[in-house]
Amino acid sequence: MLRTSFKALALAIGLFAAAPAHSAGEAIPIPDRKFSFDGIFGTYDRASAQRGFQVYKEVCAACHGMRLVAYRNLRELGLTEAQVAAIAAQVEVKDGPNDEGQMFERPGRPADRFRSPFANDAAARAANNGALPPDLSVMTKARAGGADYLFALLTGYVDPPAGVTLMDGMHYNQYYPGHQIAMGAPLNPDQVDYADGTKATVEQMAHDVSTFLQWAAEPELEQRRALGVKIIIFLTILAGLTYAVKRKVWADVEH
Amino acid sequence: MSIGLHKSEFSNPLVRWIDQRLPVFTMMQKEYGTFPTPRNFNYFWNFGALAMVTLMIMIATGIFLSMHYVANTNLAFDSVERIMRDVNSGWLIRYVHMNGASMFFIVVYIHIFRGMYYGSYKAPRELLWMLGVTIFLLMMATAFMGYVLPWGQMSFWGATVITNLFSAFPVVGNFIVELLWGGFSVDNATLNRFFSLHYLLPFVILGVVFLHVAALHITGSNNPLGIEPKGAQDTLPFHPYYTAKDSVGLVVYFIVFAGLVFFAPNYLGHADNYIPANPLVTPPHIVPEWYFLPYYAILRAVPDKLGGVLLMFGSILIWFVLPWLDRSPVRSMRFRPLARPFFLLWAVNFLVLLWVGAKPAEGTYVLIAQISTAYYFAYFLVVLPLLAKFERPLPLPESISRPVLGGGPLSMGAAAKPMEKA
Repeated sequence: MLRTSFKALALAIGLFAAAPAHSAGEAIPIPDRKFSFDGIFGTYDRASAQRGFQVYKEVCAACHGMRLVAYRNLRELGLTEAQVAAIAAQVEVKDGPNDEGQMFERPGRPADRFRSPFANDAAARAANNGALPPDLSVMTKARAGGADYLFALLTGYVDPPAGVTLMDGMHYNQYYPGHQIAMGAPLNPDQVDYADGTKATVEQMAHDVSTFLQWAAEPELEQRRALGVKIIIFLTILAGLTYAVKRKVWADVEH
Repeated sequence: MSIGLHKSEFSNPLVRWIDQRLPVFTMMQKEYGTFPTPRNFNYFWNFGALAMVTLMIMIATGIFLSMHYVANTNLAFDSVERIMRDVNSGWLIRYVHMNGASMFFIVVYIHIFRGMYYGSYKAPRELLWMLGVTIFLLMMATAFMGYVLPWGQMSFWGATVITNLFSAFPVVGNFIVELLWGGFSVDNATLNRFFSLHYLLPFVILGVVFLHVAALHITGSNNPLGIEPKGAQDTLPFHPYYTAKDSVGLVVYFIVFAGLVFFAPNYLGHADNYIPANPLVTPPHIVPEWYFLPYYAILRAVPDKLGGVLLMFGSILIWFVLPWLDRSPVRSMRFRPLARPFFLLWAVNFLVLLWVGAKPAEGTYVLIAQISTAYYFAYFLVVLPLLAKFERPLPLPESISRPVLGGGPLSMGAAAKPMEKA
């Protein structure tokens, strides 16, 4: 009887294994990057994520919005209320209409979502040679490979191999599907000035901003895993108890 | 006791008062308490209960999601992310619902394969089986429309591909497609009607599940030996024996479910569905959710559009007539030395179709899909009808309790009786 149950379980697991996280497009192997949030018990490295926010704010935000993330969310990265208020106040947000029916600009508040750099997609395309810089709010969930892919992409700019001619305004990237990407290499050494003294190499900045974007896409990750561990432990104990009850109930029956 | 009241055996005065007027307690006692159930179930018989529980979980989480979801092409994607970020425990509710769909299909596939292996579709359970196939079709429609709601790239393009399939039908094709769309392309009207139907269909499923269970309680359950219980020594009351056994399966099932929800919530999904829908950008490969891949493989195996669509629908509709394709009087494959390997091969073949459905339709993959499709149908249309004629089944045990209580199968002469052709 127990053997059959294992067979049932094995079949269920087999179905999982057979169900692939199917990827669209030709697959370029993405190297595995070691992040603090890897694995079942991984958590966000707050210092790295804060540095990553700085990279986003000073580099990426010139073209990429993050319209789903609010300034108040930055509290989760360990910033104080005053710091968040100061960061939010740096941008001008369109609000209104006021009593006179006019729209007006006001300083941002923590409750505001990140202000996007362009008013709309057409404006974004017009400013970027026809290419649309995607919103980065859920980027690690929206690309196969997630943060590993982002890191590989940001550090993957190389000279095109012999025989490859790039289209006008395109750049060669090892890891971008099709290799021709409209975004130029965004990160250069010492592009940002890290307050904590970390040296701003391209690799360091790419790692930090990938951590930040992973947090932005899955802010619930730490809570989810912590709850998951508790629930699995609870269910495992419950499974043992339930099985004991079942054995006792069936003890008087030959089967 | 007054005339017109039900004879209640409950002693609690309140329970008794209700039960005399509306005998729900008597019914529950009869159907889930003392209900005589074959004593030899293995753990495959858990999956009906698991499916029922999953349906409840889906309805419960779905109701809460719909309180926050906005069915509008401009707002749908962001409203789902708002559930993930700003709604209390929203991420949990949404991931349970999202992965619950996958778990529902895993459970129901095992439930169906169990029915096929142990011959649960055979007389007198044909209608029970057909109601089950109806539930599965409704589940597919519900899951498909649910996947459209987050309005990501795969939502949009999946909806476009699948609804366009109906245009293959002559004469009425375009009419059906425009009816599904509510216009001339997949757009806001499509999203609205899909949301409406996605909320409605689970309750239709619930209704058919009720009929499925009602029919089950007329014929009684099949069992791993595939022979009918011959008396009280072959059965056990449902409670406490099978409530206890189902509870074990349920908790183990929850462990697998929780593993998916808490540690790999997007594993079975597609990254492209976190990109907001864009009618102007087609993803390089449009792939449905994993549970539709076998049928997608069958669809693409045929070079002709109408032919592919007919085969795809036929691949499930053929289950309706399975009780009449397989005329062998022996239910359980344990006693069918030839049907058993053919069925196991069919099950593996189903997984091959699932795998090849995720691959691009080119080169060797097309050939594999074609061979697998051919075997999928050949099993039903050729293998089973022929085996019913030519297979020599193994001797059946005399009763369920006999092998359990130590006796072996009877001699050939006695065992031949249940195999006589009707």
